[in-house]
Amino acid sequence: MKSVEYPSRYAVRKRYAQRVAFWLFRFFSLFIAFILFAILGFIIYKGAGVLSWDFLTKAPSDGMTSGGIFPAIVGTLCLMAGSAVVAFPIGIMSGIYMSEFASKGWVVKFIRLMTNNLSGVPSIVFGLFGMALFVKYLNFGDSILAGSLTLGMLSLPLVIRTTEEALKDIPDSMREGSLALGASKLQTIWRVILPMGMPRIITGLILSLGRVSGETAPILFTCAAYFFPQLPTSIFDQCMALPYHLYVLSTSGTDMAAQQPIAYGTALVLIVIILIINLLSGALRRYFENRLK
Amino acid sequence: MKKFFEAIVRGVLTCSGFVTSLVILLIIGFLFTEGAGLFNEPMVEEGYVLALNKENDVSSLTAEQIKAVFDEDIVNWKEIGGRDMPITTFRLEDVERYFTVEELGSEYEHVGMCIASLIARSPGMIAFVPQSMLPADAEVRYIDDSTISLSEVFAGTEWFPTATPAPLFGIVPLLAGTLWVSLFAILFALPFGLSVAVYMSEVASERMRSVLKPVIELLNGIPSVVYGFFGLIVIVPLLQQGFNLPVGESGLAGSIVLAIMALPTMITVAEDAMRSCPRSLREASLALGATRWQTICKVVIPSSMSGITSGIVLGIGRAVGETMAVLMVTGNAAIIPTSIVEPLRTIPATIAAELGEAPAGGAHYQALFLLGVILFFITLVINMSVEYISSRNKYKLR
Repeated sequence: MKSVEYPSRYAVRKRYAQRVAFWLFRFFSLFIAFILFAILGFIIYKGAGVLSWDFLTKAPSDGMTSGGIFPAIVGTLCLMAGSAVVAFPIGIMSGIYMSEFASKGWVVKFIRLMTNNLSGVPSIVFGLFGMALFVKYLNFGDSILAGSLTLGMLSLPLVIRTTEEALKDIPDSMREGSLALGASKLQTIWRVILPMGMPRIITGLILSLGRVSGETAPILFTCAAYFFPQLPTSIFDQCMALPYHLYVLSTSGTDMAAQQPIAYGTALVLIVIILIINLLSGALRRYFENRLK
Repeated sequence: MKKFFEAIVRGVLTCSGFVTSLVILLIIGFLFTEGAGLFNEPMVEEGYVLALNKENDVSSLTAEQIKAVFDEDIVNWKEIGGRDMPITTFRLEDVERYFTVEELGSEYEHVGMCIASLIARSPGMIAFVPQSMLPADAEVRYIDDSTISLSEVFAGTEWFPTATPAPLFGIVPLLAGTLWVSLFAILFALPFGLSVAVYMSEVASERMRSVLKPVIELLNGIPSVVYGFFGLIVIVPLLQQGFNLPVGESGLAGSIVLAIMALPTMITVAEDAMRSCPRSLREASLALGATRWQTICKVVIPSSMSGITSGIVLGIGRAVGETMAVLMVTGNAAIIPTSIVEPLRTIPATIAAELGEAPAGGAHYQALFLLGVILFFITLVINMSVEYISSRNKYKLR
């Protein structure tokens, strides 16, 4: 006769612990998702009523208590473009160097250490630095140029790292195949490595633009204007920017009650830009992945 | 020709490789030169002097003493090492209290002489006046003109950059505020961060993961100013009602917002670390009869401890350097915090709030750059420790 084996009390307890722990984890994870949706939902709910064609295409008026945010949108786009011009070429080249040229050794280690350190530097320190170097020392004044350079420096580590990681993941057989066919190293990079790495590089670049669009601290003292209703005409002009505009609207000003709807609208536009950027990079990633298959 | 071209391209690529190092050097250079200038600044506002009666034997005062004297917290000279007599303070604005317009002259041409005579006849007086105004032969003594000292800055407990006659640049309250709010942020974020990281790497189904991953990415992508705005509009009033606070802008609001902002970094890094725990380790543990939970606790987490620590430390780094959100929700009172529900002020928020108003090149401006240097070094230390922690792990796995 077979005896029925009951699970020991220890076994019961360990199953029980597991169940409790996993439920707790699930709860925490859902809570974090809830936080995100609370923030997004709140801003969309409050801001959606403010959005209109006029809001998007008119300059602020009446001491920022009415009118739109067109100059701030344009300013933010200018800064994104400017920082891209600064950071992308240098960052991509640096990433290529790190992945393809740098001999494994202290040089790579050193550069990687510096890149990591740079990515950890707080944005306000970039602001101070940009002000000291570009605004004061090089005498660009508060300008789109100074702001773009500062933001470009800030996004450099991100660009470098995505490029490097994208290229690192390409199997060595590709490089060897190309070299074996008699291509030079540069030809290999240009014809084989870069095209293969491009999808991931591009998604990384787009994400870095998203980061740039929301940065406030670096442009506080290098570029952002409190109120500059006309559009910038050259890179030596100041400009308004969405994040700074949101900051100003929600912390200072003449009529807080009248400003608040505009602040919601500004936050919504900023969030929408970030959402578009994130979705775009996700969609691109999937598109390229499918094409590779 | 082709060789030559390749050499050039190679050179350009090599140079661009060192750009980040160059930027770091430039940051250090520019911040340092501006920040170190603070210690060459005179303690009293440039061009001004503190004049005393000839009889008074006090010759030097610290910035804190000067401030206390002019705030009338110190009212007798014996408290600061002088003789027993009451202190009368005199600022330029007070001149019309002592003299009539006729005495001063129609274009105030006699102001200097009037003040000098006033000081000469009132033994307990300390006067804060422009140096150029007093006649060279005035019968007065001056407080020794010393520069701002290291100890006043690094051990000073008061941050009063706009105080006259002597601004106070004690960074202790700001440093304490930064660390205090970051500490609580990490305490709040830790349980969430670790649970989510474990959940995503070990427990969640592929579908759940594909939902959570973008959520974390988006949380990371939301600009800090939007977090600040949300904190200001939603969290601050909630806390004010919930804890019955006089003001809702407090360290607590700051640390909640910072916790949310530090989460994505923490989760991503810790999750990556746990996912890269070798499958064989997991399988060995399960094969020995351990449950998944036991495997996670006893195998996966210990073996990926260095990655998890890196994630936490990076989260701290993010919290320490965060500017806008903190600036908007912490209330910005430069006092050494004693509890988490009162307003406090962090280093980055101070820089952001005050740099716009500080005249370029002045002591205040340089003090803010010094704060930048300190912040830079804090984050440098944090980054270096992350490097150290993760390099140690690689060694162990081999």
